[in-house]
Amino acid sequence: MSEVLLEMKGITKEFPGVRALEDVTVQFHKGEIHALVGENGAGKSTLMKILSGFYPYGTYDGDIVLDGKVQKFNRIRDSEHAGIAIIYQELALVKHMTIAENLFLGGELCKAKGVIDWNETFHRTEKALKEVGLRVSPATRVIDLGVGSQQLVEIAKALTKDARVLILDEPTAALTETETENLLNILDSLRAKGVTCIYISHRLREVDRIADRITVLRDGKTIVTDTQEAMPEERIIHNMVGRALTDMFPRRVRPLGDAVLEVKNWTVEDPVTGALVCDNISFEVRKGEILGIAGLMGAGRTELVMSLFGVWGKKKAGEVWLKGKPIHIHNAHDAIREGFSLVSEDRKRYGLILGMDVKQNSTLASLERISKLGVINKNEEIKSAQRYVRELRTKTPSLEQRVGNLSGGNQQKVVLAKWLLTQPKVLFLDEPTRGIDVGAKVEIYNIMNDLVDQGVCVVMISSELPEVLGMSDRIVVIHEGRLTGSFKRDEATEEKVIYYATGGA
Amino acid sequence: METTAASATSGESRLRELILGSIKRNTKQYTMFIALIAIWVIFALVTDRVFLTPRNLSNLFVQTVTTAILAIGMVLVIVTGHIDLSVGSVLGFAGAVCAMLMIKFEWGVAASIAGTAAVGLAIGAWHGFWVAYRKVPAFIVTLASMLAFRGLIIGITGGQTQGLEMAPERAAEVFKLIGQGYLPTFRPATAGQLHDTSLYFSLLMIVLFVVTALRRRAARVKYGFAVPPLFAEVLRLVFGSALIGAFSMIMVIYLGIPLAVIFVLILTLIFDFIANDTTFGRHLYAIGGNPEAAKLSGISVPRHTFALFMIMGLMTAIAGIFSTSRLNAATTSAGQNAELDAIASAVIGGTSLMGGEGTIYGAVIGALVMASLDNGMSLMNMDITFQYVIKGLILLLAVWVDMAQRKK
Repeated sequence: MSEVLLEMKGITKEFPGVRALEDVTVQFHKGEIHALVGENGAGKSTLMKILSGFYPYGTYDGDIVLDGKVQKFNRIRDSEHAGIAIIYQELALVKHMTIAENLFLGGELCKAKGVIDWNETFHRTEKALKEVGLRVSPATRVIDLGVGSQQLVEIAKALTKDARVLILDEPTAALTETETENLLNILDSLRAKGVTCIYISHRLREVDRIADRITVLRDGKTIVTDTQEAMPEERIIHNMVGRALTDMFPRRVRPLGDAVLEVKNWTVEDPVTGALVCDNISFEVRKGEILGIAGLMGAGRTELVMSLFGVWGKKKAGEVWLKGKPIHIHNAHDAIREGFSLVSEDRKRYGLILGMDVKQNSTLASLERISKLGVINKNEEIKSAQRYVRELRTKTPSLEQRVGNLSGGNQQKVVLAKWLLTQPKVLFLDEPTRGIDVGAKVEIYNIMNDLVDQGVCVVMISSELPEVLGMSDRIVVIHEGRLTGSFKRDEATEEKVIYYATGGA
Repeated sequence: METTAASATSGESRLRELILGSIKRNTKQYTMFIALIAIWVIFALVTDRVFLTPRNLSNLFVQTVTTAILAIGMVLVIVTGHIDLSVGSVLGFAGAVCAMLMIKFEWGVAASIAGTAAVGLAIGAWHGFWVAYRKVPAFIVTLASMLAFRGLIIGITGGQTQGLEMAPERAAEVFKLIGQGYLPTFRPATAGQLHDTSLYFSLLMIVLFVVTALRRRAARVKYGFAVPPLFAEVLRLVFGSALIGAFSMIMVIYLGIPLAVIFVLILTLIFDFIANDTTFGRHLYAIGGNPEAAKLSGISVPRHTFALFMIMGLMTAIAGIFSTSRLNAATTSAGQNAELDAIASAVIGGTSLMGGEGTIYGAVIGALVMASLDNGMSLMNMDITFQYVIKGLILLLAVWVDMAQRKK
């Protein structure tokens, strides 16, 4: 077995009132990919923040041992000097700068002091891009790259700093299947060069594909570390949640009703570029069913539901019928009045007011229902918010907790509560389980099932194939703005969906 | 025995936690009060207690009025993520309009006020149009107005101070009361004697304060929210009542409560209600907190922004009316730097320039801080050079304290 490069020994970290990590010990070998898995709040990110020097030496107990020496990082720069680079969940690139500028930001290559050596900068950038398999010019602005390519730029940036240990925190959360595969291949090649990767992910299939060894954290403690061969998915999940999950996708059989939502020949243009983003899309959703929308990132799925909701794009043609009558939606206010709800893919950007509390976020879209002449009935507000905290089992210390302080799964439940309070007839869910842990995922699935039982139509966009296949009664596939395939639950397979999603039809 | 002891210690630690927690949650308010009191103590010391005489404090409150009115509106503007740099010039312009309506057109007091308010609303609508529907940043739109209206003041006053003694005598007398009058008494009273109505008014305020606080507490208990222990609440009520009592007694034993101060109190209550209890107010905070999420929740961002600037315009016009009444004249320099005082008041009062956060009460206290600085430094006969420098530094300090607390 290869040598131990880095060890975190007996790490304990306390925040006021909480013990985030308790006596955590993990050994990372040279040239291995070591997956760190655990539910949200298990302590993975805290552990990595300690390793990267974000929480300086002295604010935690225990030791970081690199090359047999105890390290005392006081800031991130210290850990970078030691060869540890972290790539954050939220990309930390300056969008309006070029790749080359980003790569050497803060560590610019200089001829004389303070004068940038552009030739060397571009040369080194080109080399680094080749290493991560990104075939674009170093002068490309980051904003013009897709999320997947941006991720690769981040890795290239870490490589220019001669990183020996690369920490990747949910690197594939925003990537499509192909982009993910590409990233994993690059990690493979880095491993061959002797770089150690610490890989944090909720996607167990990736962990299974890439990791040499796997460590499971739960409630701030190391539960188990073992090789990939010895850790099948069931064992990982069992250790993550502390119990066996019998059914990841709780299917329910329901009788199908009449069509509730009918979208006919929906055609929408991008208001900026003028490109056709939804091209003549037609589908229907019947009472009592979950419709899954599958497709690659950028296929136009988000744009489709955003435009149906009246908040995106320039409509060129098409009609929306609700319960047999045509409806016209020009903005979110119209949409909510007609009974549409949209849980967006980016809950921090589109879903929540992070500075507001649970109560205020819950009632934001339905304030008119609990107000008279523009005056909010505060008693009703509390009752409404409380009802959904209870029904969705949101874990929050109080209704007055700022949502910014909740975990991802609970934040998503607050977003759901906000929309359920508008009493929707059609609920659009765009990546409803992105970035939330396994236990909370199953809870969200159960909520979806309950809603459908209550007669709400659910339209779900998801990039996770098992989720689409597991939860949908019917699946439509979108490729480059066109609807390329449509299946019933029992006809659909992963292969078919991927075939149509990549334009096979 | 053992269990009692254990529960006693746990009770004690819980109490400490509650008190510490409440201090932590309310640091902003406490820092503001402490700052205000510190400023007063310093001025009392260096002015040989002249600062704390009833006469001076009563003056101070009247001096606070225009800044407070502007600050109340400014809180909402900043909370929504905008800024209004034009309020100083527009204040001067509105005050001049009001004076000219009375002097040149010989309009009555009510008509002049209504006319000025309409002008304020129109200016606000102009700003709102550009910010909300043409997407020009408020900074630029109001910067343009800051220049333009400073010029227009000169235009309509002819570049000269327009004294209200040129207006019809009766109208001028009544108009003067707005900025300089006191609550009328049942029995005639002079300085140094008790003013009966003012006394009743103060008592009424204390009762209102206690009743609302107890009702709020009862509601929180009903819904199982955390409340401070009863004795702490009583302590707070006693302290608050004493504070209100002390403030109003100063005025009661001087010339009574100034009408302008009562008006600001009413405005404060109304705007606090708008901010906390209306859908409009909640929507403004949501827009400031996250405009995209607000839009997706069905809130019309442009419509709210437009209405917001109209309200700011109206508040500015009201401030202009008070200013003209207090000076008994419209001057070309009226309202100079008032925008900075208003923004500083809001920020000192805990309004975040990032948007989404801020309270009306805080801004009014902030206005009191700014007016105290002006008043105290004038009493000290301090060189005007240093007056500006010190006000600038205080603003810098206030924002730094805010940022430092946020980091924790």
